[in-house]
Amino acid sequence: MTPSLSTASATADTFTLGPLQNGPACCIPTPILSIENLSLHYGDKPALAEVSLDIYRGCITALIGPSGCGKTSFLSALNRLSDLIPGCRVGGRIRFGDADIHDPAIDLQGLRRKIGMIFQKPNPFPLSIRRNLEMPLREHGVDRQDELDEKIRQALTDVGLWDEVHDRLDAPALGLSGGQQQRLCIARAIVLEPEVLLMDEPCSALDPLSSAVVEALIQRLRGRYTVVIVTHNLAQARRIANYAAFFWMREKVGKLVEFGRCQQLFDMPRDDLTAAYIAGISG
Amino acid sequence: MRELIGKPAPDGPDLALTIAIWGGAALVAGSFLALLGDLLWHGAARVSWDFLVMAPEHAGKTGGIGPILASTVAILAVALLAALPLGLATAIWLSNFTRGGSLLARQVNLSLDVLAGVPSIVFGLFGNAFFSVVLGMGFSIAAGGLTLACMILPIFIRSVESGLSAVPDEWRRGAAALGLSQAAALRHILLPAAAPAISAGMMLGIGRALAETAALIFTSGYVDRMPESLLDSGRALAVHIYDLSMNVTGGDQAAYASALVLIVLLLAINSVAQTLTGRFLARRISQP
Repeated sequence: MTPSLSTASATADTFTLGPLQNGPACCIPTPILSIENLSLHYGDKPALAEVSLDIYRGCITALIGPSGCGKTSFLSALNRLSDLIPGCRVGGRIRFGDADIHDPAIDLQGLRRKIGMIFQKPNPFPLSIRRNLEMPLREHGVDRQDELDEKIRQALTDVGLWDEVHDRLDAPALGLSGGQQQRLCIARAIVLEPEVLLMDEPCSALDPLSSAVVEALIQRLRGRYTVVIVTHNLAQARRIANYAAFFWMREKVGKLVEFGRCQQLFDMPRDDLTAAYIAGISG
Repeated sequence: MRELIGKPAPDGPDLALTIAIWGGAALVAGSFLALLGDLLWHGAARVSWDFLVMAPEHAGKTGGIGPILASTVAILAVALLAALPLGLATAIWLSNFTRGGSLLARQVNLSLDVLAGVPSIVFGLFGNAFFSVVLGMGFSIAAGGLTLACMILPIFIRSVESGLSAVPDEWRRGAAALGLSQAAALRHILLPAAAPAISAGMMLGIGRALAETAALIFTSGYVDRMPESLLDSGRALAVHIYDLSMNVTGGDQAAYASALVLIVLLLAINSVAQTLTGRFLARRISQP
C-alpha cells in the first residue's frame, strides 16, 4: 500500500478535516442508527432476515461478506432508498436518533438529506461541477449566492478536489476522471451536511490510485460523519473500519453472522464462518 | 504464419455491404432531392410576397394563400397547445410504470402504438362526431386542432416516454438519495436528459399535423376565408393542395407553389421547435 500512503500524505495539507481519530469518539459507543429484526423481501423472495445491530455515531462500520448476501439491500433500507424498488418490502424497525424511519409522518426528503449515500459507480449528474453541488443545495433552500459559493468551496476542499477543479467549476462533471467523479459525489453528499454516509463499495469501480485517494478521504470523514461502508476488500475494511459486520447466506436468505469491533472480528472471530471467510477459505 | 502475408482477405462480402448501404442512402436522399427539385421547378415562379399574403381567387387558381396560411398556423397552434402538456404529463406518468414493467403500462403502450397507426380518416370521423357535433364546435379551427392533437398524442407520448426510460437509473437514485423531490429530479435532470427525444417527438408530431388532410376535411372544413376566431372554419394548406390538384382544373401551378410553402413552413417550425427545446431543456445539462 505504498501508493496509498504517499498519495494520502501528498494531499494531506489540502484537506481541512481534522486528523484521523482512532479512539475517543468510539470508546463510548452511542448508537445513531438502531436496527431491530430487519427483514427485506423482493416480491416473495426474501433477501435479508433477522438483522439487528447498532451503528455508532462518528465511527466507520464496514459491512463484509460474499456477493448477494444482502449488504447493499441492508444499506438501501437505511435511507429508505429501497422504496424506489418495485415490490421491495422492509420489515422490522430502524431508529434514527429518536425517530422511526418508517413513521408515516416522517419527512423522507429530510431523512435522506441527513443520511447521504455514495454508490458503487460514481453517478455525478450531467451538469457542471458547480451545478452538481449547487442544485441540491438550492432545492434544500439555500439561496444566497455567497453562501452557496462558500459551501461549494468548502465541500470540494474537504474531498481534496478544490485544487484540481477550482479553475473549471463550470466544466461538465462527467468529464472528470472516475476517482474525481466519486470524490465529487462524496462532496455532493457532504455539502448537505448529513450525519450519516452510506457507501456502497465506493472504491470498487476505481483504479488502485484513485481508490487509495478515496480511501484516505473516507478515513478523514471519521468523527465528523458516521460512515457505513460495504466493501469486498477485506484489507480495506481492516484498515479503515472501527466496527465490522459479517453477512452470509443461510438457506438463501442473507443473515448477519457476526458484528463487533473490527479488530476483534478480524483477529478473534467468534463464529467459525467468519473465521473461514476472513482466512479466505470459503469466500 | 507466413501464409498471412501478401494475401489480402477476400473483400467480396464487405464490398457488397458497402454498396448496399451507400446505395440505400443515395436512393433515399435522391428521392427527397428529386421531390424538392420538382416542387421548385414547377412552383418557385409562383411564390412571391403577394402569394403569401393575398386571399385566393378563382378557387385558388389565382391570388394567394394568406388566409390558408393563417388557418394552418392556428390549427397547428391549437393542436400543439393541447397535445404537448398532456403528452408530457402522460409520458412522465407512464415512464414511472414502464420501468417497473407492469402489465398496465405494457397495455397502455400497446394501445398507444395501435392508436399511432390508425388511419387519419378515422380520426377525422371521430373528431367530427365528438368535437364538431357532441361538443358543438361545428366545422372550426378548434375542432380541427383538437382532432390533430388526438393524432399527435400517441407518437409524442411514446417518443418522450422512451427518452425518459433511457435516462440512467443511477441519476434517479442519486437524486432520491440527496433528498430531492421527484419534481426537482424531473426539472433538473430527467427532462433535460430526455430533451433529444422530446424534440424528436415534437417534430414527428408537427410533421404529421402539417401534412394532414383527411382528418381536417371533416373537422376544420375547407372555407378559404380569413378566419376571425378559433370557432371559424379554416382551410389548412394540405387541404388546399388536395383541392387544387383534385378539384380545380388549371390549379396545378398554385398547388405546387403551396406545397413548396408547406415544406418551407415545416422546416421553419421544426427548427423553432428544436431551438426552444434546446433553450429550455438541453442546455441545462452539461456533457463533456
